[in-house]
Amino acid sequence: MTENILEVRDLVKHYPVTRGVVFKKTIGHVKAVDGVSLELKAGETLGVVGESGCGKSTLARVLMNLERPTAGSVNYKGQDISKLSGGALRRLRRQIQLVMQDPYTSLNPRMTVGDLIGEPFEIHPEVAPKGSRRDKVKELLDLVGLNPEHINRYPHQFSGGQRQRIGIARALALRPEIIICDEPVSALDVSIQAQVMNLLEKLQAELGLSYVFIAHDLSVVRHLSDRVAVMYLGKIVEIGTEDEIYERPTHPYTQALLSAVPVPDPTLRDQKAIIRLTGDVPSPVSPPSGCRFRTRCWKAQDVCAEQVPLLEIRSGSDHPSACHFAEKREIVASHEV
Amino acid sequence: MSDILVSEQSKPGAAGSGRPSGRLLEVEDLRVEFRTRDGVAKVINGVTYHVDAGETLAVLGESGSGKSVTAQTIMGILDTPPGFVTGGQVRFHGKDMLTMSAEERRRIRGEGIAMIFQDALSALNPVFTVGFQIAEQFRIRRGLSRSDAKKRAIEMLDQVKIPNAKGRFSNYPHQFSGGMRQRAMIAMSLALDPEVLIADEPTTALDVTVQAQIMDLLAELQRERQMGMILITHDLGVVADVADRIAVMYAGRIVEEANVYDLYAKPAHPYTMGLIDSIPRMDERGQQLRTIKGLPPNLMNIPPGCPFNPRCPMAQPVCREKLPPLLQIGTDRASACHFAEDLVNRD
Ligand SMILES: Nc1ncnc2c1ncn2[C@@H]1O[C@H](COP(=O)(O)OP(=O)(O)OP(=O)(O)O)[C@@H](O)[C@H]1O
Ligand SMILES: Nc1ncnc2c1ncn2[C@@H]1O[C@H](COP(=O)(O)OP(=O)(O)O)[C@@H](O)[C@H]1O
Ligand code: SF4
Ligand code: SF4
Ligand SMILES: [Mg+2]
Ligand SMILES: [Mg+2]
Repeated sequence: MTENILEVRDLVKHYPVTRGVVFKKTIGHVKAVDGVSLELKAGETLGVVGESGCGKSTLARVLMNLERPTAGSVNYKGQDISKLSGGALRRLRRQIQLVMQDPYTSLNPRMTVGDLIGEPFEIHPEVAPKGSRRDKVKELLDLVGLNPEHINRYPHQFSGGQRQRIGIARALALRPEIIICDEPVSALDVSIQAQVMNLLEKLQAELGLSYVFIAHDLSVVRHLSDRVAVMYLGKIVEIGTEDEIYERPTHPYTQALLSAVPVPDPTLRDQKAIIRLTGDVPSPVSPPSGCRFRTRCWKAQDVCAEQVPLLEIRSGSDHPSACHFAEKREIVASHEV
Repeated sequence: MSDILVSEQSKPGAAGSGRPSGRLLEVEDLRVEFRTRDGVAKVINGVTYHVDAGETLAVLGESGSGKSVTAQTIMGILDTPPGFVTGGQVRFHGKDMLTMSAEERRRIRGEGIAMIFQDALSALNPVFTVGFQIAEQFRIRRGLSRSDAKKRAIEMLDQVKIPNAKGRFSNYPHQFSGGMRQRAMIAMSLALDPEVLIADEPTTALDVTVQAQIMDLLAELQRERQMGMILITHDLGVVADVADRIAVMYAGRIVEEANVYDLYAKPAHPYTMGLIDSIPRMDERGQQLRTIKGLPPNLMNIPPGCPFNPRCPMAQPVCREKLPPLLQIGTDRASACHFAEDLVNRD
């Protein structure tokens, strides 16, 4: 197999919850990411799925070292990014870039497209000497399917899908090896979403990029990913190849999630066995003991409240799953006819 | 019935005569524009659809296509100015709501037609408890006593499956999770037992597992009460699960209407075909998705002819000149494409 370009070990990010204005007292912690381990292989797309608040964006920020982890390590080619600072961090940052969800707020409205895409060159002048920058920006615009003539326009003059392309061009400016996409198509309409997804695939093939692709839309993730990690309340509950997760899921949460995806085919309406979860996701400040999913799990036993199920391969399964009773289950909804 | 669409309905006698036509709610040739500093945006350009008791009409379209503005016009909550109705009718039991007195309209709202929104938090008043907001409707509109109103409100919370409804009665909206707030809003809108429920993207802001719960609930309540439901959404998956009929909107027009099975099996408009093709299929990993090229038109400057022509892979010269009307094809479907017959007759 290809080498790991990124290795994440036991990553933890807790945010203090405080009370009081003058004398802030910490009364607890939001356990946004709570012990995540994963690998990203060179040239692959690792999808990360999970419901709102499960820690996906926090994971992205910590992977980028935009925030320091509370514990754990993020190794890029053998170097722990989370321990770097100053020039060493800056050099490394070039290699990992972020594309964010909201094309409306992630771009400074007062900067032209040329300035926005060229801005990374200010911080990394070694990538593009001053004289060549305009040409480089035009090349990037062309690469993401925008008209290079529009270099002097402002973000508001572009549609949502086009703004997302600007965000992608900006992320590509420094020729990174890894791009972390945090819900890059979630805010877009389906026809525009398809355009941006095709662009991401084309760029990966042309530039040999590795993607961490975060989304809550399971079909979007499946379409783009080689491997998929499923998150629940700050932890990965199941990880495997796209096939292992979508065709042979063993964690009850993955099974419920997949079965709830509406399938765009009315003839399957009454054939789907949808697993109905009750209740909502518990607070990440005080997650349930043992297995975090147990308050919504139809298979929960006493042991689930006592022992944290490890993310490991159990007998009868071919990929890691964090459930004491992991087993295959046919999920009709994940199939297309 | 087959005479669902198009302008046949405006034949003498049917419209405007005050005689119930048998239809529950009908929108006909509705036109709305927004007059802003930058110019006039023609947002609704002749929308025609209807819903009957016990059926679910899905209104499907991309953002900006005019789904919500149509709903706001039906409810009489259009933002005026800048929004103005410039033509058409909205008939409830055959009576045009756009020309009736404010008092008559107010009576229809809530009891005749109710609406739920994508964003429950902004639809609920943050300074009153959830229970109070529901109970008020029973007090004001039904004249119930405070204690009876409270009892009915708790019943409503219970019907939308809010656990411990009695205890939850005195919670404020912010104390509810996203899914529970959506339930509370549903309880509020159904309190007066409306005949039609308009649900504008009711689950767009929710996670899939919660979305499934809410859609189940809506379907169940609709069945029990035999309501007509207009489900506004851009999600082709949700539509496939719950709709009876679908009206597809583009640039302020209905471009196709069909029953749910026909629409997915054989779309009769190139825009609908493009939408269905753009959905990422779970089994086609690695393949390029088919897309619709370009962008929806600027509503201040809609292209002449068929508004979809700059993006349409089938466009012919006639499409740049003649606006295709929404015409019936076969018995129970309609399409606004010059070549609709060819599309449905293809193999
Ligand atoms: N700076 C912060 N301070 C305190 N809590 C935070 C902070 N950032 C995130 N959280 C909390 O951490 C948890 C995980 O948040 P995160 O944004 O990573 O979720 P997510 O999976 O990206 O969700 P979504 O799908 O809604 O984007 C949430 O409970 C969130 O409220
Ligand atoms: N209050 C308003 N003022 C000006 N334009 C508006 C207003 N409300 C909606 N519009 C415009 O009307 C069009 C249709 O909007 P809407 O019905 O909300 O679309 P959707 O199909 O996404 O629900 C859009 O171009 C929108 O910008
Ligand atoms: S460990 Fe127990 S509670 Fe957790 S998912 Fe498995 S069966 Fe359910
Ligand atoms: S009328 Fe012409 S442009 Fe419009 S959808 Fe039909 S083929 Fe395409
Ligand atoms: Mg996020
Ligand atoms: Mg809308």
